Amino acid sequence: MTVTETSQGARRADRPGRYTRTHLPGRDGRITPARPEVQRELSGLRREDVLRVVGAAAAGIASTAWLFTQVLPFQGALPFVLIAYVLFLGFFVVLISFDDDRITIKDRVASVLIHSGAVVLLLALVVVVVFALTEGRPAFTQGNFWTQDLSLAGPLDPLNIGGMAHAAVGTLIMISFALVISIPLGLLTAVCLAEFPSPFTRIVRTVTEAMTALPSILCGLFILATYILMFGAPKSGFAASLAITIMILPIIIRSADVVLRLVPATLKEASFAMGASHWSTIWNVVLPTSKSGLMTAIVLGTARGIGETSPILLVAGYTTYYSWNPFDGPMVSLPLATFTLVKSPEPAQIARGFGAAAVLMVLVFLLFAIARLIGGKGAGVLSPGGARRAQRASVRVAARFRRGGPTAVAAPASAAPASDAPPPSAPPSDEDTLTDDKEAGR
Amino acid sequence: MSDPDDPVREPRDNPAGSPKDTAVAELERQRTELRELGLETSPAPRDALVDPTRPLVSRRGWQDNTFRVAAHSGGTLVLLIMTLVGVFLLWRGAQAIDVAGWDFITEQDWEPNSGRFGIAAVLFGTIVIGLTAISVAVPLALVTATYITEYAPAGIKRFLIGVIDLMAAIPSVVYGLWGAYWLEGNLLPVAQWISTYFGWIPIFRVSQFDPSDPLATPTVFTASAILAGLIVSMMVAPISAAIMREVFDQAPVGEREGALALGASKWGVIRNVVYPFGTGGIIGGTMLGLGRALGETIAVYLVISPLFVINWQVLSTGTNSISSLIALKNGEANDFEVSALMAAGLVLFLITMLINFVAGFIIQRSRSGAAS
Repeated sequence: MTVTETSQGARRADRPGRYTRTHLPGRDGRITPARPEVQRELSGLRREDVLRVVGAAAAGIASTAWLFTQVLPFQGALPFVLIAYVLFLGFFVVLISFDDDRITIKDRVASVLIHSGAVVLLLALVVVVVFALTEGRPAFTQGNFWTQDLSLAGPLDPLNIGGMAHAAVGTLIMISFALVISIPLGLLTAVCLAEFPSPFTRIVRTVTEAMTALPSILCGLFILATYILMFGAPKSGFAASLAITIMILPIIIRSADVVLRLVPATLKEASFAMGASHWSTIWNVVLPTSKSGLMTAIVLGTARGIGETSPILLVAGYTTYYSWNPFDGPMVSLPLATFTLVKSPEPAQIARGFGAAAVLMVLVFLLFAIARLIGGKGAGVLSPGGARRAQRASVRVAARFRRGGPTAVAAPASAAPASDAPPPSAPPSDEDTLTDDKEAGR
Repeated sequence: MSDPDDPVREPRDNPAGSPKDTAVAELERQRTELRELGLETSPAPRDALVDPTRPLVSRRGWQDNTFRVAAHSGGTLVLLIMTLVGVFLLWRGAQAIDVAGWDFITEQDWEPNSGRFGIAAVLFGTIVIGLTAISVAVPLALVTATYITEYAPAGIKRFLIGVIDLMAAIPSVVYGLWGAYWLEGNLLPVAQWISTYFGWIPIFRVSQFDPSDPLATPTVFTASAILAGLIVSMMVAPISAAIMREVFDQAPVGEREGALALGASKWGVIRNVVYPFGTGGIIGGTMLGLGRALGETIAVYLVISPLFVINWQVLSTGTNSISSLIALKNGEANDFEVSALMAAGLVLFLITMLINFVAGFIIQRSRSGAAS
């Protein structure tokens, strides 16, 4: 094997990689310097790919149209789309098989199937959202929809009388009570799961994970069996909050547990190494570090909680007026109002129901946006403000170290302002260091 | 860090002196053997053998103890609540189960006051709806998860992940509205078409519908099990897709690149690296979706017309599910009827718990499991 350099080998040093190339002698024994190789595009679209898809689609649609009008007795959009899709796949395979092998055919067909499946699912989900919003628009664009309750509006009244404010108030009261119970309990349990690993906490974790998918109506049934039937309490908003609590507790615990377990062990070990107790490490290091993740867990739980209908249906009852007492008397929420109103045959009531559903959905979107804003950061990743605070804190620490630290070694003693600096031998006190570190950790 | 010859360390190590000495001797022997083979020993196993991991927290203060007790009592409380859900359903439902006996499983009617009641029909409906939902949702979720991890451009990948997560949190009543007011009307011609041309398959037959009668009304296709199943499938597809997407994302880059370097096409990489790696996630996502599908109440309640007969013709009107039975009958129920509903709830509880535990177990045992 002969390894030769091209005639431009002299310039090799200035432009490495460009002219350094290995050339094999050809059949005639001569070396023909080839053009510099162009890097081939490994991924990305070729012209043939696009043309094949377009051609197959055109052929599929055309032949389906012919079938529908001339041959088959089918009608309707969906059969048309289905048959056209099948024919498109067939034509596509035929087109590829003209110049590619079986492996390529499989690859391209899989790619087309995956793209179209994803488009179908996303399209269906968009239709769900847009449909609820458009149907609800006549109702929620009225001003009174946001300010009035339904006590004066009969089923036959037009949309400019009556609104959903009582249901919104009910939703807020229920979710507030549910959060007051589930946030402390959920976070405490999550800390217990993450910080005290033992067979007991493993059982708790398994049960909690299984409970994440507990049918929500069973939460309502449980509260009905205990709070209402056993203790004899009336149907009320508080009973609904208890049912929601049981539903969102596992969700909060599970996501908070995941977040807490992501806190870097080095941070905790640093805290232990400074002599902090376990409790103080959790309070000052673990919880602040995972703050954004914990907030996300809570917001996601809230988003699930406010949309739940079935437990409220069992234990809260339905009203058309404001009910301010959560412990006695029925209280309605947005999803329950939607559910009750759309069962009515009157178009105005159905429109109100859709309006309530749209408001509920917008509320869920907002909560989600909040969760995305505060969350999405890993443990210890700082927001711009937090990063600035941490930087200022470390500048302060550095300044103190320059003043009080190794002055004797690093700088001439005369340069240090001896009047306000502590003597070089005295290290900065422990409290100072701890406070600054805590600031830096936020 | 832990030099065995360090004189300062000696006193502390006294109690554990003899095991440590054996460990050091064993270590020396291994090191000599390695050196004879011409290999340099690394310091890592030395630390592992000689210096056992020390507990980080040695002495707990009263704050620590208080906190420990508080955290564990929180955990106990949660465990208690979760267990009580099952216990109370069993306790309240025992009365009804006692009266009905084994007929509770086989009886189709639901008339608790006359003593003739059972969950055969509702359980059948629940399972049909769940299976329909899963058989539509899982392929869609699988391809969507594959698209997001493998094909989506980096710019919209994050956006799509957000959309899928958001869709998993959309209230079920919204899906119910969509199903009752949009999907039902659009599904009628499709159901009619299927029944006309595939009616020879037993489950697609609709006996009230005669395709040769030009005046036949398509209303026999409203409120069917297929409709309920399709709505629920839209609800569970984002949940399954989110789980599968998470697992596919963890497929090792090294193995992907290895497959590519061996000449695999993109589909080859997916088929031979991503899917085998994510099998646990696929199965787990399917099971969790099935659990959600079986327990869904409101979306199903809004579209079905309740029927207390086992209806094999999934395209025809009338089906039922345990959860919508509870929502339907709870309003005007007397004590005994509530007890019967609790018993039905207990069955639903047991089924979903079983499915969830199996799903959790499969995810845990799979290669990709520990992180999710």
